[in-house]
Amino acid sequence: MSVAAARHVLPGFRLGMGYTILYLSLIVLLPLAAMVFKSTELTAAQFWAIASGERALASLRITFGASLLAAMINAVFGVLTAWVLVRYPFPGKRFVDALVDLPFALPTAVAGITLATLYAGNGWIGRYLEPLGVKVAFTPLGIVVALTFIGLPFVVRTLQPVIEDIEPELEEAAATLGATRWQTFARVLFPAMLPALLTGFTLALSRAIGEYGSVIFIAGNMPLISEITPLLIVSKLEQYDVAGATALAVVMLVISFVLLLAVNGLQWRLANSRRAGARA
Amino acid sequence: MKPRHSALAEPPIVRIALTTLALLFLAFFLGLPLLSVFAEAFAAGVPAYLRALADPEARSAVILTVIVALGVLPLNIVFGVAAAWVIAKFEFRGKAALITLIDLPFAVSPVVAGLVFVLIFGAQGLFGPWLMAHDIKIIFALPGIVLATLFVTFPFIARELIPLMQAQGREEEEAAISLGASGWQMLWRVTLPNIKWGLLYGVILANARAMGEFGAVSVVSGHIRGETNTLPLHVEILYNEYNQVGAFAAASVLAMLALVTLLAKTAVEWRMRRETAMLSAELSPERVPAPASGRTAGATHPSAERP
Repeated sequence: MSVAAARHVLPGFRLGMGYTILYLSLIVLLPLAAMVFKSTELTAAQFWAIASGERALASLRITFGASLLAAMINAVFGVLTAWVLVRYPFPGKRFVDALVDLPFALPTAVAGITLATLYAGNGWIGRYLEPLGVKVAFTPLGIVVALTFIGLPFVVRTLQPVIEDIEPELEEAAATLGATRWQTFARVLFPAMLPALLTGFTLALSRAIGEYGSVIFIAGNMPLISEITPLLIVSKLEQYDVAGATALAVVMLVISFVLLLAVNGLQWRLANSRRAGARA
Repeated sequence: MKPRHSALAEPPIVRIALTTLALLFLAFFLGLPLLSVFAEAFAAGVPAYLRALADPEARSAVILTVIVALGVLPLNIVFGVAAAWVIAKFEFRGKAALITLIDLPFAVSPVVAGLVFVLIFGAQGLFGPWLMAHDIKIIFALPGIVLATLFVTFPFIARELIPLMQAQGREEEEAAISLGASGWQMLWRVTLPNIKWGLLYGVILANARAMGEFGAVSVVSGHIRGETNTLPLHVEILYNEYNQVGAFAAASVLAMLALVTLLAKTAVEWRMRRETAMLSAELSPERVPAPASGRTAGATHPSAERP
């Protein structure tokens, strides 16, 4: 049956489409558009002055720096965790596999106060780190810890199905041709995992940049040192500086839109390469 | 586990080392925080824990959290089914753009999600003066909390249903229609029974986010005790007052919600895998598209164009 005919057979296209567009517009698009519209009350010079203010720039630097670092930690340990979960048997594996999603299920405020307590000077982890001169809670390092926690599932969950799909023939061929196990991993398996790894990395990064709840408890929130941009938006709003909050929010919105497009592009490539792999 | 040739597998020592390293990482980043929530909650003993939970403000926070979730989920279910129906069963221009827009709330910071509603309905917002003149409260009240939660949970259900409904194809619905079923009969007797597990999966995830949302809700709620405090905001207030036991007692309720979420999610994933396996056994191999993966994080809207 051709696609054109199917369109006439199944009902509900107009109703479904109309509702989807209406609901999407009311809840997401119009509110975001209203924010962008509100920011045009500022002149370009005013907007620029807010966005490039010392405190705003410092907060963007901290947000991006910590998010990049956390996403990189998650990339390394995500590959390791996904590999171990797919390839190696060990007792309690199903439990551990389910636990990986904890950061998605645990409310960010709970994660925030828990991590702050764990890494504080008298906490379970902090009391062993502090004598070594490593301060985590209430420093930029604490932000990295919180962002690593909330980004942890992304790389693991994008990689797992890809590792499961890798054809054993690939590894057999490499071994037959005389590759050592390490060469097989570096030249055959890792390249196969790379698109998924990049996707997971970008997802974790994009989540980390917008994150608020888990960070504010552990960060210490010192302006210029450990203040993230979402927190700066909230504090501007609390001081009734609506214009300032809006300008910063528009900057964040543009950044998240760029990252979203990057994720979609990567996922499209990932789906294509997996389909090509399935055909081969 | 089938034995693997030495060139096809890592030496045992490497396996053990890698497994240990991965488990240590997970123990530090997931296990310890989870344990410590409960350890802190019970640090002053069981009676103190129960007293903290019996606090009227904690109760009203729980009730508000449940009300918000009950208000948000039905709306997102209807939207999720409608959007997935259109995207999975019909061809139209701009489909990829529509999917990207549905994903947009995942990319937006929760703080920005709260702020947009303040800019529309707040005192200095677009409709602020009009709302004030008519004595309608949206910001610092329940409607604002519901709106912000709707925004942050917007994609969850649609995102689960789109790949699932694409994988299921159109045949069953087309058969129902050509046998004379009305659109609603088809929806209730064919489509919904087919997607019930995927729908439940999306609802579980959306519910966890709705009940646990902090950033967006904190911007619109105004933190009015006993009135507009959801449970995560209650946790924050107690923590900032150095009421460690109270904060962690409330947090332990949310942690239990997270554990129930993980358990339910795993059970539904298992059901979905079994149904996909049964479906593949019934149909000839080349007609079965790639099973809709139950994984969320990287859900890639798998290619489901049928051959």
